[in-house]
Amino acid sequence: MNLNLVIVGVGGQGTLLASRLLGALAQEIGLNVKVSEVHGMSQRGGSVITYVRMGEQVLSPIVDEGGADYVIAFEQLEALRALPYLKQGGTLITNTGCISPMPVIIGAAEYPGGIIEKLSDQCNLIALDASMLAQEAGESRAVNLVLMGVLANELKLDEQIWINAIHQCVPERFISSNLKAFEAGVKYRLG
Amino acid sequence: MKSKNTALLLGNEAIARGAWEAGCHLVSSYPGTPSTEITEVCAEYPEMHTEWATNEKVALEVAVGASFGGARAMSCMKHVGLNVAADPLFTAAYTGVNGGLVVCVADDPGMHSSQNEQDSRFYARAAMLPMMEPSDSAECLSFTKAAFELSERFDAPVLIRSTTRIAHARSQVTLQEREEAPIRPYEKNPTKYVMMPAMARGRHLVVEQRTNALKEYVETCPFNKIEMRDDLKVGVICSGIAYQYVREALPEASILKLGIVNPIPEKAIRAFAAKVDTLYVLEELEPVIEEQVKAMGIDAIGKQLTGHQGELSVNRIKKMFDEPIPTYAAPESLPGRPPVMCAGCPHRGPFSVLSKRKMHVMGDIGCYTLGALAPLTALDASLCMGASVGMAQGIGRAQGEQFGRDTVAVIGDSTFLHSGVTSLISAVYNKAPITLVILDNRITGMTGHQPNPASGKDIHGNDVPALDLAALCRACGVDRVVTVDAFDLDGFDKAVTQETAVNEPSVIIARQPCALLDKKSKKPALQIDQTKCRKCMACMKMGCPAIEKRDNGVVINESQCVGCGLCIQTCKFGAIGKAGERG
Repeated sequence: MNLNLVIVGVGGQGTLLASRLLGALAQEIGLNVKVSEVHGMSQRGGSVITYVRMGEQVLSPIVDEGGADYVIAFEQLEALRALPYLKQGGTLITNTGCISPMPVIIGAAEYPGGIIEKLSDQCNLIALDASMLAQEAGESRAVNLVLMGVLANELKLDEQIWINAIHQCVPERFISSNLKAFEAGVKYRLG
Repeated sequence: MKSKNTALLLGNEAIARGAWEAGCHLVSSYPGTPSTEITEVCAEYPEMHTEWATNEKVALEVAVGASFGGARAMSCMKHVGLNVAADPLFTAAYTGVNGGLVVCVADDPGMHSSQNEQDSRFYARAAMLPMMEPSDSAECLSFTKAAFELSERFDAPVLIRSTTRIAHARSQVTLQEREEAPIRPYEKNPTKYVMMPAMARGRHLVVEQRTNALKEYVETCPFNKIEMRDDLKVGVICSGIAYQYVREALPEASILKLGIVNPIPEKAIRAFAAKVDTLYVLEELEPVIEEQVKAMGIDAIGKQLTGHQGELSVNRIKKMFDEPIPTYAAPESLPGRPPVMCAGCPHRGPFSVLSKRKMHVMGDIGCYTLGALAPLTALDASLCMGASVGMAQGIGRAQGEQFGRDTVAVIGDSTFLHSGVTSLISAVYNKAPITLVILDNRITGMTGHQPNPASGKDIHGNDVPALDLAALCRACGVDRVVTVDAFDLDGFDKAVTQETAVNEPSVIIARQPCALLDKKSKKPALQIDQTKCRKCMACMKMGCPAIEKRDNGVVINESQCVGCGLCIQTCKFGAIGKAGERG
């Protein structure tokens, strides 16, 4: 299996944990993996992007435009911004939540409307209110685990592999709420 | 594939692990993206004395001293940090080492978190020092271990160069145990360690001999590899992250991978060039390898394809070789999402005052550089660590007294201690009537909350005496030092009025801990009473990410607000207050 993932969101939303979880997952299934993270200035509420690549052999740690099997977006506008990363025929999974960027906050720009429609016209799209599902699971910050659950349902790997990876990456006291959030994501498409 | 002895490490973590496995005894550094995590991870190994120094020059000098004292030592910094440490580096190249000495420098092509994209390989050439360049985390670990051995074998500090995509990418490494490197005996040896002209002349000869020995060594060393493939049309010389891109973009190409980028192996390059039809040198930033190859009289294609700016990538290389890449069209222009000062950031208040007063602001390096962005747009200039204090002196001399009175320098606590304090002494000495604002948030914020001498904590979180910034400024000879609450807009405004009016150097210390650091004192979120709000937008001018303009008016995002109270002070209509007790 070769899998290229791009994870996008807003600094502080927990994209790093998602990428580390995928790194642990790749190790659990015995694949080589590279995870490229973002540190420094871009973490201060700016757009963030991390890349995860797994397979028999992984060279570049970056997923280039047109290369992602999955783009996982924590926020609508970032989902649209990241569309060029998606491979033709790839799938975009996005949280429908919106966070206004500073140009919108101060009224210098408008938050674009109809993003979900635009995306579903162009690509395979799974759009869900992951923030609400996370809240229902008892941990509003676990948007990342909800989205990982949706991805898990797509990848069809043995669920125990995911659970092992979650145990490796999530601190003990958050495990139970994070597992609940993950399950909510897994079940999202199953109805 | 996952076993007890493998781990998925950042390049930075792997360098730290390599130093530990090599028996390194001391690590002294100053934080700087993308190098910071090396030293943070070193601090987790009790066998290594690890510390944050006040700047990179101090850090390298501590490491040099440890090396002279027979210990294996390391100093880590970002590319611009090596400018600060260049002074000791160039002469440590003459003295050589006793215990192995490794200097890690992390470049930032594409400027993810930096003010320039200079190429540190020039330093290796200029200082005549060996430089290694790993291409993934496994090499970060193994090269670091080897660097200590090479340092002792060739009696030279060894540079390890990484870039953002190596430093901040995780890949698999195999872990080994630490091999102790006993402290070597120390002997006083002035002809080697006292670099005054008579001795340094002798050492320069040693440096020349060492360079020749290194040139021989790199011809056959295990770090440079030739990968010949059946197709000999395209041959590529590359190193570091570019090697990964080239292998992926051009799977048929033959490759000469350089693990040591200074000196480069002339004989191996000639032999490789002779075997391939067209020779390419694909490197990020400057044509450091390409120009040396061309100076050998060998034809090569490089910068004419890659340019000098930004990062390479698989796609960029494919495009250079005319390979089509099907992609979705980029969406039409979308609102950008630049980084912003956090809600509750103590830097916001002072910048909003300076912006309102239309002051000329000489800025500095840290989170507060974000004060340059809309809506605050407070900064006139930002150059390098500590430069605000000197620039304020110079621009006042150039533009005259009144301009000088309308000018302030703004610097953070850590940056002031890094290299602002010497400029303040110079201002006092030269009677420059500058006003310096120190934004004292008790921590080095942008790089991820490293403590500094004013924090009262060391790298391990142990209590240490906290440097008193006000006392330090007074000791520099500044008579007018005032400390204000960074959340008190009126108090800060008055201090600026008073201190810029006087004809002598003055310092305003605006204090409040970093909002991310001080989560315990987070206050309840504020609300806007829509019946009182006149939509004058005064609160929006603060650029707080928690205050948002929506269709139904201006609202505070409760999940983001930390209750700092700045916006209350900007509202003339008393519309903002705590939930339930506003007005």
